[in-house]
Amino acid sequence: MTGSLMTDIRYLAPHTLDEAVSAYADAAGAARILAGGTDLLVQMRSGMISPGLILDIKKISELTEISETPEGGFRVGAAVSGAVLAEHPTFGKVWPGVLEALNLIGSTQIQGRASAGGNLCNGSPAGDSVPAMIAAGATVTVQGPGGRRDIPVEAVPVGPGRTNLAPGEILVSFTLPPRAPGSSDAYLRMIPRTEMDIAVVGCGVNLSMKDGVCTAARVALGAVAPTVVLVEDAAKALIGSKLDDAALEAAATACRAACHPIDDKRGTIVYRTKVAGVLLKRTAGIAADRAGRS
Amino acid sequence: MPTVSMTVNGKKVSGEVEGRTLLVQFLRENLRLTGTHVGCDTSQCGACVVHLNGDSVKSCTMLAAQADGAEVTTIEGLADGETLHPMQEAFREHHGLQCGFCTPGMVMSAVDLVKKNPKASEAEIREWLEGNICRCTGYHNIVKAIQHAQTTMSA
Repeated sequence: MTGSLMTDIRYLAPHTLDEAVSAYADAAGAARILAGGTDLLVQMRSGMISPGLILDIKKISELTEISETPEGGFRVGAAVSGAVLAEHPTFGKVWPGVLEALNLIGSTQIQGRASAGGNLCNGSPAGDSVPAMIAAGATVTVQGPGGRRDIPVEAVPVGPGRTNLAPGEILVSFTLPPRAPGSSDAYLRMIPRTEMDIAVVGCGVNLSMKDGVCTAARVALGAVAPTVVLVEDAAKALIGSKLDDAALEAAATACRAACHPIDDKRGTIVYRTKVAGVLLKRTAGIAADRAGRS
Repeated sequence: MPTVSMTVNGKKVSGEVEGRTLLVQFLRENLRLTGTHVGCDTSQCGACVVHLNGDSVKSCTMLAAQADGAEVTTIEGLADGETLHPMQEAFREHHGLQCGFCTPGMVMSAVDLVKKNPKASEAEIREWLEGNICRCTGYHNIVKAIQHAQTTMSA
């Protein structure tokens, strides 16, 4: 079982972000970032990639911290594991949809390692935490040789396995905005088994309710296009409605229209498109119930 | 090559590893602790579960270098001399294994579960085992064994 696929690999675990950024930039494309390693190590073992340098970012405190922002939101380090986020006393109460999406990834032992940052940077259109983060309106902070920048999560993926991060840039953290009263979120995915599978379709919905009317909403779909997609037309159909059948059907129609999926062993184009609409209705219902529908 | 040091089953060990060396390779090949198995090599099957600083992890999903300075417990570290750990005893008592390949990882996962959630329901036990695949037993007797160990581990 000793791998013969890989040539000599250096392992570095810097304690500061500056060190990490400069080592990453110096490696000029030969390095890969190690957060949980639940994608990276499997890709290395299967021969998909053979990095010359593995840069472990878990010793950098900013990447493993969860904090509340002065505005009342949350900042979650890119390498925070799903299990650690689940144990946070308030995060899951404020963002239950983001947490349930992240905690759908893999098994208990995977949860102990896998991070939202890795899920996003892996660039899979089916990454479970990504639609939930996009629906939440989360932004990411990235740092590279040229300094820091903040971009919305939906601007990160550009295609299967590819991101918008420039050479040498490292994902530092997610920032989730403060919550208005009567707000909540939810994430559902369709898989043919109950656990440990890759989404056929994933749907994240984040909304605010006031006096029974939806006042704000964001909807994102996974596994139905080359990247996770923000479906603004679905949000528009929900906003201003009481989430009645007509509004939900209009939002579901917008979701179906946003689908550009592939046929593969997990599902056909027709099936994925239909399921996207079904999941939108169910997910919006859960988010509204959590928001108190009032 | 970098040197890693860690405490495995209570003993301090160290060794030279390549950057790519997985924790499970270090355990099996350097330390000859072959009780930890490799089933799938891709983090799905759970045969390689060990405890790292008290939490169950898949040792095929981390590098040996990442475990530098850590406390690791493998299946070999559970029993107290000739006396089996209550979870091992429960697996034997309830016939929680047939071929035994998944058993080391299954037992290590189960011990972590009972430590974290001593009163886990049958559904919670089954959910916890989502990352441990067994092709022989159909899981029934594994679940029974864990339910039995819930009483004996706290005793």
